[in-house]
Amino acid sequence: MHELAIAENIVDAVCERADGRPVRRVTVRIGKLTAVVPDAMRFCFDLATEGTIADGARLEIEERPGRARCHACDAEVELTDPILLCPCGSADLAVTAGRELQIVSMEVG
Amino acid sequence: MCATCGCGHSNSHESHAHEEITLEQKVLAKNDLLAAANRAYFASRGVVAINLMSSPGSGKTTLLERTIRELRGRPVAVVEGDQETQLDAERIRRTGCPVVQVNTGAGCHLDAAMLRDAVDRLALEQGTLLFVENVGNLVCPALFDLGERGRVVIISVTEGTDKPLKYPYMFAAADLVVVNKVDLLPYVDFDLGACRAHVASVNPKAEVVALSATTGDNLDAWHEWLVS
Repeated sequence: MHELAIAENIVDAVCERADGRPVRRVTVRIGKLTAVVPDAMRFCFDLATEGTIADGARLEIEERPGRARCHACDAEVELTDPILLCPCGSADLAVTAGRELQIVSMEVG
Repeated sequence: MCATCGCGHSNSHESHAHEEITLEQKVLAKNDLLAAANRAYFASRGVVAINLMSSPGSGKTTLLERTIRELRGRPVAVVEGDQETQLDAERIRRTGCPVVQVNTGAGCHLDAAMLRDAVDRLALEQGTLLFVENVGNLVCPALFDLGERGRVVIISVTEGTDKPLKYPYMFAAADLVVVNKVDLLPYVDFDLGACRAHVASVNPKAEVVALSATTGDNLDAWHEWLVS
């Protein structure tokens, strides 16, 4: 359950930045290729915020698709998992998106 | 509750304006920062740290015991990560190698701060080869940079050929995949060629070394990788 450790990292970061003001909303960006499950993330976020100034804050998740560039046919391919395979048959792909794991913004006050 | 924004304030909305703060920072920024500090610390002492990851029972500790006995002329140290017990550290200690056990309790992985605490208790010699045996788990440890030089994922032939496809995130993070217990190949349904192809499909850059930590079969390839 690495989502709990990740949620704790998010809560630590936003509480530090909020500087005592109550946190109302946190927006995070999660790429498809990060092994972080949004539903588990929501569950863990509520646990991690308990008793902090972010208690009760709403978590918004922007999911980002996985994308890769095929070195064989130069196509841009969408990836739903980390298995690198282009419809042309090549496995020589460079991942260009989907590994994001970022805190985008928050609302305080 | 404020009827305008639903935030819980009892006063009018104007009296408690909310502020939007842009962060745009990596969630694991703090761990990444600590990992970078570990990396600098290791570099300053010529320490090479290797992060060993696998599911429980793949033979990480057996491989380490044998590696420590066979490595000559280079200081070795080990950080053992497990949820509970000192059992693995005791096995390593019997080889005469300095070792620190980290118990993560409910935690399913080591992070950069845990490794730094453990390393501070080890007093590493210049040029040490430091093995970090992560918590037995093929999911969570992949996400946490420890400041290591190399990441090794170990699977054993009793686990199933399709493991790289079932746990692609872990295999995508590996520099080297060790397939252990090849002495048991005659007794199990494990296709080494297919396993290599599965590793390549999630991580074309990873090397694969098939060996047996029990019999010593092909351990030379593992030692060669370690010195490279």
